[in-house]
Amino acid sequence: MKQRLKSLFRLEDGGVLLSVLSLIIAIIISGIIMAIAGHNPFTAFRAIAIGAFGSQRAIANTFTQATPLIFTGLAFVFARKAFVINLGVEGQMYMGALGAALVGLMDLGLPAFIHLPLAILGGILFGALYAGFAGFLKVRFGSNEVVATVMLNSIALLFIGYLTNGPLLAAGSAAAQTERVLETALLPRILPPNQLTYAIFFAILACIFMKWFTDRTTIGYEIRAVGLNKKAAETAGISTGKVIFITLCISGAIAGFAGASQVLGVDRRLIMGFSPGFGFAGIAVSALAANNLLGVIPAGIVFGAMRAGSMELARTTSIPAEFSDIIQAMVVLLVASPLLVREILKVNQVAKKGGRKLWKLSSKTSSPS
Amino acid sequence: MTPINAVEMRGMVKDYPLVRAVDNVDFTVEQGEIHSLLGENGAGKSTLMNILYGMTRPDSGEIYLAGQPVQIRRPADSIALGVGMVHQHFMLTPVMTVTENVIIGNEPTRGIFTDYKKANAEVQELIDKYGFHISAKATVESLSVGQQQRVEILKALYRKANVLILDEPTAVLTPQEVKELFVVMRELKAAGKSIILITHKLRETIEVADRVSVLRGGKMVTSGVFAKDCDASQLALMMVGRRVDLYSTRRSQVVGETALEVSNLNLSRRGVPILKNLSLHVKKGEIFGIAGIEGNGQTELIEVLTGLTKPDSVTLKKDGEPLTGKPADFLSNGVGHIPEDRLTRGLVVPMSIEDNVILGYHKRPAFSRRGLRRTKAIRTYAADKVKEFDVRTPNAKNLCSSLSGGNQQKVVIARVFSQNPDVLIAAQPTRGVDVSAQEFIYSKLLDLRDMGKAIILISADLDEVRRLSDRVSVIYDGQIVAESKADVWDEMEIGLYMTGSKQAGEETSE
Repeated sequence: MKQRLKSLFRLEDGGVLLSVLSLIIAIIISGIIMAIAGHNPFTAFRAIAIGAFGSQRAIANTFTQATPLIFTGLAFVFARKAFVINLGVEGQMYMGALGAALVGLMDLGLPAFIHLPLAILGGILFGALYAGFAGFLKVRFGSNEVVATVMLNSIALLFIGYLTNGPLLAAGSAAAQTERVLETALLPRILPPNQLTYAIFFAILACIFMKWFTDRTTIGYEIRAVGLNKKAAETAGISTGKVIFITLCISGAIAGFAGASQVLGVDRRLIMGFSPGFGFAGIAVSALAANNLLGVIPAGIVFGAMRAGSMELARTTSIPAEFSDIIQAMVVLLVASPLLVREILKVNQVAKKGGRKLWKLSSKTSSPS
Repeated sequence: MTPINAVEMRGMVKDYPLVRAVDNVDFTVEQGEIHSLLGENGAGKSTLMNILYGMTRPDSGEIYLAGQPVQIRRPADSIALGVGMVHQHFMLTPVMTVTENVIIGNEPTRGIFTDYKKANAEVQELIDKYGFHISAKATVESLSVGQQQRVEILKALYRKANVLILDEPTAVLTPQEVKELFVVMRELKAAGKSIILITHKLRETIEVADRVSVLRGGKMVTSGVFAKDCDASQLALMMVGRRVDLYSTRRSQVVGETALEVSNLNLSRRGVPILKNLSLHVKKGEIFGIAGIEGNGQTELIEVLTGLTKPDSVTLKKDGEPLTGKPADFLSNGVGHIPEDRLTRGLVVPMSIEDNVILGYHKRPAFSRRGLRRTKAIRTYAADKVKEFDVRTPNAKNLCSSLSGGNQQKVVIARVFSQNPDVLIAAQPTRGVDVSAQEFIYSKLLDLRDMGKAIILISADLDEVRRLSDRVSVIYDGQIVAESKADVWDEMEIGLYMTGSKQAGEETSE
């Protein structure tokens, strides 16, 4: 246990320490960029902090933003467990939104406790099927999942665009959107009038459940084996194609849940282009989470806070909200390059000559032959 | 007056996070001698030589070359000081010529162009001087493995190496090529070069080396004794630290019915035939050994025998019943598999020992119930197996990557043997493991055979095949070219079959 804790905090690829340090360094660098651009970084960070955590409304905003990010981050991280790069989370989320909207719009005379779960299920199913299609292409025809999922993103987006402008367009609406989903299919809001819904709990539970799933189930074990050494898994008789297909379906299901939570909770209808790139932001979340299923929760909240904070930034200061994007981009860049972080810290260490040797550096990682 | 030593290393220490790999070692090589550095895997001989070659930096210690203290920080330093190293795995570009491979990094130039004429002449001169018998203009891919090794040696000589480090040079060679290598080594010695031979093969040491030093557990246990005064069991004792049985074995007592029968096996890859109408069979209570130089279809044969590859044609029968399907079907039909490369096919190294010891059998009721892993049962099982198969680890929850090669291989062995296979495909079962692990694995294989199981042993280690097999065969160019009872052929004769220079039924021509 002690050893596990230790390894968690070692400055290696995938460690918590790396993520935390990357975040701090990213904030510092963004501050410098801001100063160079002629803005006071402290004003900016203060505004972001207030916008993210300064009031009940701010906190609600943070978690509203975090909800889809946790889902999409989880979808990406889970696929990675089988070494599948699912770049189609965005498209799967759109299809999930469609599935949820279709069920939500249907007047079946059902009570909420049946209609709402059905609508969510619709979202999950659409997301899973859409990702499953990419999985089918990969397993059956050997197409690269990265290319396949990216292409399917465009198809999903345009398809939703067509539906919201045509067959599903709300009567008399100027914007491309559907009618409101029925009252019985709505995700209840926790702190009305804030948009935060109970979906945040589903998102957190989903992370915990997927952690349990990969650790404890037999298929989860197979997924890990395939992800860590596909050839050994194949040699051991594991049907790697099937495992990859299932992984993509589950990943898509999670992405579909993200779409459902937006449609049934935040927007209450399917709107063309409702996502400001939640699917792709999920990749950033996964990087900060160091591809750890539970790490997705804090990472999603951090990115949610930055999104919520950037609105405040734009509202109360003259600093462009895009600076929040710079911080986010910096985080990804640094987490993705652990060696760079080590180098930056090494410089600090040399500057503080005589200080304790804090980090065992890369030269010590080789082993005796 | 004492002669100046070519290499002198004093008080070398190298620490790694968990282990002191080299512990206060002194090592001396005289000018113009062949000095064998013996030791098991992990004894520190590679680390010591990597220090000398500048690939690893020592924590303390001094190095003297030809009497002068030197600082070696990177390979470029040691090359400049006249140290050359021939690695076990060649670093050659197959499509380029011998000359091009040799001069790389030191090209003679005329203006901005490489002076190939001069280069060819220089390289050919070196070749002739040491009697290497290759053409400077031949492409490396057209050469045999033994000849390719000579290109590596040429590379060092071209850079004016005075001290040559040969890392396990015989591991990839046939018996005939080993003989030729020894001739080359003596040639070099006669020319005044010093050679350090890293090996764990005792007979070779005695045959070719002048002096021997033995490393064990990072410490120098014997330094510079004369090889002609040693015998193999003495050296083994020094190397392992206890008496080991180097040659003993036992042959099969009761051979039963045919357990696995393969016939009409054909396989092509990209239109190139790899396996050609291959047939073989193995009986219950028998080890059928297949010797051969790597790349003669062994990998593909293993893949077919374990269901990983569908050949163009094959008739495969286990106990008289046709055997087909996927790897999972082969496993559930009692065909066990020790993969030839434990790191790529054998283990999921970043997973725990627990996870690895059930890999492939993880769906059995003992380990899985209604799709859920039986964590406790797996834990107990793994702890048992770790004990039974002597896997040296504090805890079965540790990652396989924390184990040494020998212990990793024991995990693979534990996994297969515990599921009681009827037929075992054992590929390179002791590659890269230490003598203790090797002994252990050999005794397990013989035990399994004596229980009436059938074993197909595919190995590039000729000693291993000859020692364990009840029937020996040789694979060459995708075919079993010869087969005989144990102890009929000597090493040289098998060597002839391995290179295709002799076909079954031919008389030995000397």
